[in-house]
Amino acid sequence: MTPTLTPELIRQHGLSEEEFERIKSILGREPNFTELGVFSVMWSEHCSYKNTRRELRKFPTTGPKVLVKAGEENAGVIDIGDGWAVAFKMESHNHPSAVEPFQGAATGVGGIIRDIFTMGARPIFLLDSLRFGPVQGDSEPARQNRKLLRGVVAGIAHYGNCIGVPTIGGEVYFDESYNGNPLVNVFCLGILKRTEIARGAASGVGNAVFYVGSETGRDGLAGAAFASRDLTEESKADRPAVQVGDPFRGKLLLEACLELLTSGAVAGIQDMGAAGLTCSTCETASRGGTGVQIDLALVPKRETGMSPYEILLSESQERMLIIVRSGEEERVKEIFEKWDLPYSKVGVVTDDGFMRVLDKGSVEVEIPAKKLAEDAPIYEREVAVPPAPESIAVSDLPFHDPKESLLQLLEHPTIASKNWIFRQYDHTVRAGTVVPPGSDAAVFYVREADKYLAATTDCNHLYCRLDPREGAKIAVAEAARNLACSGAIPLAVTDNLNFGNPYRPENFWQLREAVEGLAEACRRFETPVTGGNVSLYNESPQGAIDPTPTVGMVGLIEDERWITRQYFRDEGDVIFLIGSIGDEIGGSLFLKTVYGKKAGRPPRLDFDRELALQKFVQIVIRTGIVKSAHDCSEGGLAVALAEACISGAQKIGAKITLPASNQRVDVLLFNESQSRIIVSVAGDGVEALQRQAAQMQVPLIQLGRVGGASLEIETATGTLSGPLDQLHETWYNSIALALSQQDL
Amino acid sequence: MFFAVKLEVVVMPKRSVLDPQGVAVRNAVRELGLSNVGTVRVGKIIELEFAGEPDEAKLDEICRDLLCNQVIEDYRILAAAPK
Amino acid sequence: MKIAVVRFPGSNCDQDCLRALTDGLGVRAEYVWHKETSVAGYDAVILPGGFSYGDYLRCGAIATFSPVMQSVIKAAQAGMPVFGICNGFQILCETGLLRGALIRNRSLLFLCQPVSLKLENNRTPFTRLSEEGTILSMPIAHGEGAYYADDQTLRELEEGGQVVFRYVDQHGQPTPEANPNGSRNNIAGICNPSGNVLGIMPHPDRSWDRRLGSEDGLQLFRSLVDTLLSVAA
Repeated sequence: MTPTLTPELIRQHGLSEEEFERIKSILGREPNFTELGVFSVMWSEHCSYKNTRRELRKFPTTGPKVLVKAGEENAGVIDIGDGWAVAFKMESHNHPSAVEPFQGAATGVGGIIRDIFTMGARPIFLLDSLRFGPVQGDSEPARQNRKLLRGVVAGIAHYGNCIGVPTIGGEVYFDESYNGNPLVNVFCLGILKRTEIARGAASGVGNAVFYVGSETGRDGLAGAAFASRDLTEESKADRPAVQVGDPFRGKLLLEACLELLTSGAVAGIQDMGAAGLTCSTCETASRGGTGVQIDLALVPKRETGMSPYEILLSESQERMLIIVRSGEEERVKEIFEKWDLPYSKVGVVTDDGFMRVLDKGSVEVEIPAKKLAEDAPIYEREVAVPPAPESIAVSDLPFHDPKESLLQLLEHPTIASKNWIFRQYDHTVRAGTVVPPGSDAAVFYVREADKYLAATTDCNHLYCRLDPREGAKIAVAEAARNLACSGAIPLAVTDNLNFGNPYRPENFWQLREAVEGLAEACRRFETPVTGGNVSLYNESPQGAIDPTPTVGMVGLIEDERWITRQYFRDEGDVIFLIGSIGDEIGGSLFLKTVYGKKAGRPPRLDFDRELALQKFVQIVIRTGIVKSAHDCSEGGLAVALAEACISGAQKIGAKITLPASNQRVDVLLFNESQSRIIVSVAGDGVEALQRQAAQMQVPLIQLGRVGGASLEIETATGTLSGPLDQLHETWYNSIALALSQQDL
Repeated sequence: MFFAVKLEVVVMPKRSVLDPQGVAVRNAVRELGLSNVGTVRVGKIIELEFAGEPDEAKLDEICRDLLCNQVIEDYRILAAAPK
Repeated sequence: MKIAVVRFPGSNCDQDCLRALTDGLGVRAEYVWHKETSVAGYDAVILPGGFSYGDYLRCGAIATFSPVMQSVIKAAQAGMPVFGICNGFQILCETGLLRGALIRNRSLLFLCQPVSLKLENNRTPFTRLSEEGTILSMPIAHGEGAYYADDQTLRELEEGGQVVFRYVDQHGQPTPEANPNGSRNNIAGICNPSGNVLGIMPHPDRSWDRRLGSEDGLQLFRSLVDTLLSVAA
């Protein structure tokens, strides 16, 4: 019944000759067909990181607050004080979302939520970092991109809203490099007591192994080339190409598992994510230094006639593996029955170090668990430095009316308000959202711990394309800067690396550069990487996506009074720019949007200057004089000022005078030089601000005052006058307008 | 157990209730080339398999109480062709 | 005094409701699991928001048949205050304790945003402490929140003063622009003829703490507690 192992079959399972030899030496014999499937999935890039592990080791992963570090468990855990801790992680579901945006995004949310509650943490909020191709206009790519956007947003909303975890922030970028390759990176954070961290180890020889959650079907197996029966049209219909998530089941599983964990009956817990039963069985055994034996006849199934291969490789959603302490089985069954969850005792923890899978009495799989989980080969990929990007000179760029450029930038979906998107997400459930989507960072009040957390995701792909190392450093710096602007101290990072085919040396060079940039920045900002995800092969016939190392960062705001938002508040408040007026337009959205170029050197990041800036902002926020703080990023100073005027519930204008300079006016307004923050303070706070800046030698430029019904920027060549209604209308409705097109 | 009797309960929104899904579908149908389309309404079909003929009165009760919300929906029961 | 917060499989706002009562007002509130058969011993019942039974079949349809609801229905008919929020309102309509139904938002999209509500009836246990005409701010978060009732029912509700909350603009006018979901007559919440059963689509359980941007919801819970205390006295 099972196919013989031909070289062709081995190749189709993604295993090289050397890898096959390695398997033979681990087993002391040839693997059978099912075992081949097991190795193929455990040693796939997705599960083993065989091409990127060497790079990922460069990340700083330790620190005084790190309780569970990257790679140890499903998610990292950080101490936030007073006996409390947070588990958080970011993961991607890019390729499934390109195929089926709704379910791809929904199951992405489901998966990351499970990773968090598997640690014993109650998930309390989500962020998402999304990237699509352009959505404006009538071209076929634009229509496709709109469908992807609608589907992804609806999918995230469907799962997140139903399972009751608020989506409180994130980012969305639009660029041609993502045509056909949307990026869906989902971040989740959960709260737990530091003494209640759950582990995914099969500990306690003799302990029972339980399966709980949805029945196993053939989800995710359509891609598997082989099975024990012929692929007829009928059987194709039994194999959903896409995993379908059930957020209701996910909610029941979440509550049941958290209840289970507080009952003390659990010795180990692991979710079945990628490679389902295979991965969870082998990893728990490996972590426990034990073995796990399961019987497939006992696995709850929703299809008939499934082969061992299919059962082991199935990616059906909403399933967990639970190792139960001896004597606690009744307690566990009680809880599963309370929540009406299918469950089955499928096996036992052994002491022989093997992952052993039986089916109807015969041994189908017998593999040393630790070797399977940890001895995947590690490769060093070739790198090649791509040609340097085109350089640009301001003198080559014809001068355009700055008002027109500002409107163009505000209308660009990357900068425009994301309200069409986030109003579909329940961002108020759990009654903790203090700063909802629309400001630099989201702020959440964790009631049980009486603490305020801030979180953000960041990555400017234009910078990363032009200089991956610098771009990655800036992603970290910007995340920390956003947190500082919200009143928080950054704590730690989770990363999601999105790149192209690693076998192309230029792509791998980008990845290595980005990893090294990320690592250096995380060390400088003292934000260890607690875990993350790698997504490769993000390519279309047009080529790879712009390198996108997304950074998710979490911070703590120790006093409620320090919570700061990005918009101006009161007439008469004085506006300052902390930092230099800047002049770097390489890689800027201005250059891309007005001149159609992705060129030049991206802005330089000076760590010392950035750290001093953030420290300054933290100090002055604590004195109580700061009424708003907003960092300069895409679109530069002009866009940051406009956003500060129009992104609050009450729009309010500003009167600005640019300092004298021999830079061209548009360069002054739209450059994206780093380490710059706009703050507003009441009149009586001006002196204190200036004194502090002088003391810390931080550059401070007084720009003007809050007030009026327009944004007026006085420049050397005239006044840029933007009536608030016009600016707001352009910015607020841009995405809704683009999506009002009916795309059939 | 062999389930010989297959019934379909068709649940449709009442005509008096605004069906925004139906409106959206109608617009799409028109855009795609059937310009003479009139009203479109979107409902659901609940397929039930029974080992034998179900008690009619009980089935109606269940349709009224559970499967259909009589404030906004109507239902009708169809017998599907036997297997 | 003890207030019950019912938990169904899929309820999400149970904890928010509980905390509004225990942390916001310092009163005793407990979860009651849907499989319980009685709410005797409680003085009021909250049906919280969420996606009970995944919103399968229709929002609130399956919750209606859970053991605890049989007891809630009897208690409500005997005069116990019952407060249904969001999915809770949907359940109250499905049980028939409130008339009408909640259907899909006109935009066909889930919508989460703050809304302004005008409080039009201050004779219920939940609104006694408020003034008629007060404008409250609260978030909505729903995909099926458009209130529907036929013309006859609507007339009776309006004439009977059973419309307790209405979506309005900042000037207190029930304009189409102020209506987020297509509810008939901009209705956001109604009560039964005796006023002890109240359903509301927006979330007072997310606006009881100034940290969240609005404390307007706390008044409704406070009013309930005040009523229970004065009845007991």
